[in-house]
Amino acid sequence: MTGLRLTLTGICHAYRDLTVLDGIDLTVEPGEVTVLVGPSGCGKSTLLGIAGGLLQPSAGRVAVDGDIPDDCLNPLTYVFQDFALLPWRSVADNIALVLGKCPNPAARVAEVLALTGLTEFADAWPKQLSGGMRQRVGIARALAVRPACLLMDEPLSALDAQTRDLLLEEFSAIVARAGTTTLYVTHNLAEAVRLGQQIVVLSRRPGRVREIVRIDRPLTGRTARDPDLVAMEEHLWRTIRDDAAAAERERIDGKA
Amino acid sequence: MARLDGPVRFRGGGFAPRDNRWASAGTLLGLVGLWQMAASAGLIKSLFLPPPIAIGAALWQLIVSGVLWQHLSASLVRLAWGWTSGTFFGIGMGLAVGLWSACRSPGMAVVAALFPIPKIALVPLFIVWFGIGEGSKIATLAFGVFFPTVIATAGAVDNVPRGLIRMGQSFGLSTAAIVRTIVLPGALPAILSGFRVTSSIAIVLLVAAEMIGAEQGIGAFVLSAGNLYDTDNLLAGIVVLSLLGLLVAWAIGQLERALLAWR
Ligand SMILES: Nc1ncnc2c1ncn2[C@@H]1O[C@H](COP(=O)(O)OP(=O)(O)O)[C@@H](O)[C@H]1O
Ligand SMILES: [Mg+2]
Repeated sequence: MTGLRLTLTGICHAYRDLTVLDGIDLTVEPGEVTVLVGPSGCGKSTLLGIAGGLLQPSAGRVAVDGDIPDDCLNPLTYVFQDFALLPWRSVADNIALVLGKCPNPAARVAEVLALTGLTEFADAWPKQLSGGMRQRVGIARALAVRPACLLMDEPLSALDAQTRDLLLEEFSAIVARAGTTTLYVTHNLAEAVRLGQQIVVLSRRPGRVREIVRIDRPLTGRTARDPDLVAMEEHLWRTIRDDAAAAERERIDGKA
Repeated sequence: MARLDGPVRFRGGGFAPRDNRWASAGTLLGLVGLWQMAASAGLIKSLFLPPPIAIGAALWQLIVSGVLWQHLSASLVRLAWGWTSGTFFGIGMGLAVGLWSACRSPGMAVVAALFPIPKIALVPLFIVWFGIGEGSKIATLAFGVFFPTVIATAGAVDNVPRGLIRMGQSFGLSTAAIVRTIVLPGALPAILSGFRVTSSIAIVLLVAAEMIGAEQGIGAFVLSAGNLYDTDNLLAGIVVLSLLGLLVAWAIGQLERALLAWR
């Protein structure tokens, strides 16, 4: 498999005296989707920020190796939970914003708009779009730079359940076709088993790798009712149930 | 035990005041009308407070004789230079304070120390520094506009969502590109509402500065009419200032509508 491999070694992170991550070792294999699950507040977003160079870890290192395509403008590319669209730019201009080094940005914008079903919304303001449409823009923007590795932080968590299912199907089709290395953070286990070839379970804070499971089955053809996937989802839930409950209690105590 | 029977009473009304242009204009016109009627009925002495018709007549005289334009143009030039230079440097310093640690504390310390000084009190100093001519008047305006602009701009930059800036960084945009495409547009709404404040400050300071050693200008005109107890012309000058303020506020409103259509 060609593509980029992302290797995280001994990652630790603390915000002041709050230790959030404690010795994470993790390899995101080229061309695979690695899903990171864990209870809320365990440091998933922190780890993703470190993986793409937006946060400096207290200890440990992140390395990439592999080939990137010639037309790749931004090897490590994020998709954000809150979409992170500029409200003062139209849909097309939000995408064009990140294509500064592209020889023909207009064609690239048109291409990704078509891919995500946004062509007729090219001139709309973000505020005119539904949440699902906004995240399509976020995904289109990420695909426009021909990323070598996608870093996605709960991209569907701000959406309602039906929109989430729709986007999940579309997104897994796109990734299955393009074979882009992906690190995908979610707290939704159904999403995890639909998308993940490798699923990394983090423990409650301070986050450590609790378990890594593999699902060696192509992304295309996975369905929500697949008994193996349902069984896997239940297994994951048993693994993180106690941690999730504890994390929830901590939040009520105001410690988090 | 009590029983409930009957329709559910609506209780969600109120707390949603709405704008009405006609009510704004009508109120002002109505007050002027009342004032004129009271004057015509002999309830208000004209030296005490000239009636609107007398003020209107004085204003008309000023317009047709060209005197108004002489004073107004002198004032507008000072206003334009003073406000523009104060705004230009104020936005520059506000951005610096909002973006870089090296500028933040030093800049805010200077602003906090100098902002509360009444700029009028500095006019004699400005005259020493910039001469009795236009320089000192423009400097008075520019200083008055500068500090509130710094504060508004720095606050506006602080309130640009950090997530958008992280997004720009994550796509490899340069610092200059992030400032130009994310920070400035994100700060623009608050900067524009700062314009409302600073344009009023500029008009107030303009009149004050022109009252010291100016021959031309609405402020000078108002001052000399006041010295002669020529209340018709005094109030005509004040009406011009009020109209100027309304015009500037309207222009800023148009600017907001044009630049902030995305909201
Ligand atoms: N900038 C920050 N400063 C201080 N604490 C933070 C900051 N960001 C996150 N935290 C804390 O670190 C912990 C992990 O946060 P995060 O990585 O966002 O978790 P997750 O994405 O798994 O929900 C949480 O307890 C959160 O409150
Ligand atoms: Mg998170």
